[in-house]
Amino acid sequence: MNPTQDQTAPAAAPGPGPDSAPGPGPRRRPRIAGGRLDLRHLSLIGVLVALVVVGALTKPDQFLDVDNLRLILTQASVIGVVTVGVTFVIIGGGIDLSVGAIVALASVWATTVATQEFGLGGMLLCTLLVGLGCGLVNGLLVAYGPMVPFIATLAMLASARGLALQISDGKTQVVSVDAVLDLGVEDSYVLGVPPIVLVFLAVGVVGWLVLNRTTFGRRTVAVGGNPEASRLAGIAVKRQRLLLYLLSGLCCGIAAFLLIVLTGSGQNTNGNLYELDAIAAAIIGGTLLSGGRGTILGSVLGVLVFTTITNLFALNNLQTDVQQIAKGAIIVAAVLVQKGRVTS
Amino acid sequence: MLLTMSGITKTFPGVRALDWVDLDVEEGEVHCLLGQNGAGKSTLIKVLAGAHQPDSGEITWQGRPVRLPTPVAAMRLGIATIYQELDLVEHMSVAENIFLGHEVATRGLVRRRAAQERAAELLGRLGHGGIDPRTPVGRLSAAGAQVVSMARALSHEVRLIVMDEPSAALDPDEVDNLFRIVGDLTADGVAVVYISHRLEEIRRIGDRVSVLKDGRVAARDLPARTTPTEQLVARMTGREGRSAFPERPAAPATAAPVLTAEGLAREGEFEPLDLRLRPGEITGLAGLVGSGRSEILETLYGARRPTAGRVLVDGRPLRPGSIASAVRAGIGLAPEERKSQALLMLESVTRNVSLSSLPRFSRAGWLDRSREGGAARRHTRDLALHPDDPERPVRTFSGGNQQKAVLARWLLRGCRVLLLDEPTRGVDVGARAELYAVIRRLADEGVCVLLVSSELPEVLGLADRVLVLREGRVVHTAPARELDEHRVLDLVMEGSPT
Repeated sequence: MNPTQDQTAPAAAPGPGPDSAPGPGPRRRPRIAGGRLDLRHLSLIGVLVALVVVGALTKPDQFLDVDNLRLILTQASVIGVVTVGVTFVIIGGGIDLSVGAIVALASVWATTVATQEFGLGGMLLCTLLVGLGCGLVNGLLVAYGPMVPFIATLAMLASARGLALQISDGKTQVVSVDAVLDLGVEDSYVLGVPPIVLVFLAVGVVGWLVLNRTTFGRRTVAVGGNPEASRLAGIAVKRQRLLLYLLSGLCCGIAAFLLIVLTGSGQNTNGNLYELDAIAAAIIGGTLLSGGRGTILGSVLGVLVFTTITNLFALNNLQTDVQQIAKGAIIVAAVLVQKGRVTS
Repeated sequence: MLLTMSGITKTFPGVRALDWVDLDVEEGEVHCLLGQNGAGKSTLIKVLAGAHQPDSGEITWQGRPVRLPTPVAAMRLGIATIYQELDLVEHMSVAENIFLGHEVATRGLVRRRAAQERAAELLGRLGHGGIDPRTPVGRLSAAGAQVVSMARALSHEVRLIVMDEPSAALDPDEVDNLFRIVGDLTADGVAVVYISHRLEEIRRIGDRVSVLKDGRVAARDLPARTTPTEQLVARMTGREGRSAFPERPAAPATAAPVLTAEGLAREGEFEPLDLRLRPGEITGLAGLVGSGRSEILETLYGARRPTAGRVLVDGRPLRPGSIASAVRAGIGLAPEERKSQALLMLESVTRNVSLSSLPRFSRAGWLDRSREGGAARRHTRDLALHPDDPERPVRTFSGGNQQKAVLARWLLRGCRVLLLDEPTRGVDVGARAELYAVIRRLADEGVCVLLVSSELPEVLGLADRVLVLREGRVVHTAPARELDEHRVLDLVMEGSPT
């Protein structure tokens, strides 16, 4: 009895059992993990739907009007592009407080009389270069200073705002380049969608691809999740940090250009408190402030939620103070909900 | 009976961590808790500490049934727990850490002098009167931090102290001191629940042993001093123990060394060192914590910049202080602190394994995730990762399997020199044997291995050649078979060359 038993049933069961049993598992598991992320996104989508319902009930004619929906998307686009960049920085374990100030500086610099002489191309190049330049300074200070990101970008916030005020002398600089202004009018819409929104869409898609499908994205998550382990695994942690701030600066440059198109002007007060809005949107989208985890889709949904709320409040003639209180409550609620989910 | 836990059951999503577990502790005894990682020891002591709530079961304390809804409730009863990962605040002083949460204060004003005096008194009682209570804890050694943790436990009226692997970070003489403290405590009637992987420690201080396996009690009431090792291991693993270190043919000494260190040194850490690692050879570094072992490994790896000397691979010098250069030349490091230095705990095993080889799976930065997953899986399969599901987050794996993920990372990179720093720390007995086999096989396949371990049997059993370190200096080099534990211990502590 014994020898046969050893060779057949009991020997076979504990041997290959544990190895083969989870075999079909691995294919299922990732989907569960993905499903959990989707759940977080779904709850944000749920909030959005709820907001739309509220809008449809309180102001049925105005809220669901195509022009209003377009307005919401357009408003979301500028802060949305900034948020994509900030999301990368936060996932990579940093923070960028200077985004609003960079947007202001880039928009002012690109709308000076001297820059406007170069036309659309010159203005676009100017916004992007100013954004990249500020990002470069941030990145160098954080990665090679090394300085705490909070302090380095706080310093950039102050300096960039100051420089923006100096360049513009506190005056609104009106854009007179037609090619730029044309991008904001209805004639330029593609299938009814403003170019500004298309840019946001493109930045979102590219951001998602970079984060999820490239070595750059993988390294961002690694550096944010455990910088020491990343360093010992042979990853160039400092370079990665520098690149992340460059990316954030670039997004600010793009956003500045969108803002110029949207308002037809450049002002040193542009982008006021964008840093807080962007961080808040990323956080309610599920990005961990401590780094190592986050999604672009979540951030985009976060931006849409905030923008829709702002729109709803405006339509219902509620003051900004009430809006701010509601925003704060939403941030707290979202984080509490996610906390429950992460620990369970 | 001081404490009786009976029928404790605790379920986490998907796992029954504790299944009807009983534990009883008498006053003044050292009750040892043995079990592999994942056997439920941590969960059980967390229940006892009030950090976890059991689904069912009863706890009786000094004859009265009690509930432990919070850590404070456990503390009030006189149950103190010293966790493996010490929960100290690095920037705060020794005294502040000891009285954290129950500060010596009058009407909310902290009385620093009084706190420092009481701290000094407690430290003195622990045989460490030399520690200044005003020192920030971050400046203490691992042993010092351990003592502070112990003093914190004693700053309460304790009747029972739970120690989770207290000796893991300690040197032999510090372990002796720890045992002396345990002896003093038990003489005062304080009971100790002692968790350790080291059977020889359990023999030295234990009274009774309980063995946990897969959340159940596999054995209880075993006499700690007399139960044969094989029996204990068999209860823990559910199978009979075999010798972990079979004989193995010596590597050919003629092969050209892959890695050479010439006069490599770091001021204040270790003195000039010459080292040759040949393919297929396992070289052991024996020495106390703080003898420069980890520093040597990290300097070879480029994580620290040498103050003198250089490292060559295949005769070509590496850029000093450059990890990238070392990794490119085929060196891999499995660092001492797996969780904080090697792994991205939130990420899957696959992503941890591929971390150092990302360019291989990408074109212009674009990742081919199916090739990445396939390659990672081949290596985790090869190392018998269990459960065999590399898409699961690495934090859900046991210590031994996490270590396999780290090894798989370097195998995937095609690494030729493996630097292993305490590869079996926090790894249970059964999984250790598995890791030993893996390390052996890698060497047989031609990888050079440099092994650092606090466990002498491991170094002597695995290595072909052993370098004995003392205070940053190699005091002896010999084939492992010519050494035994006593001799190495003598060398390590005395440093006498003969």
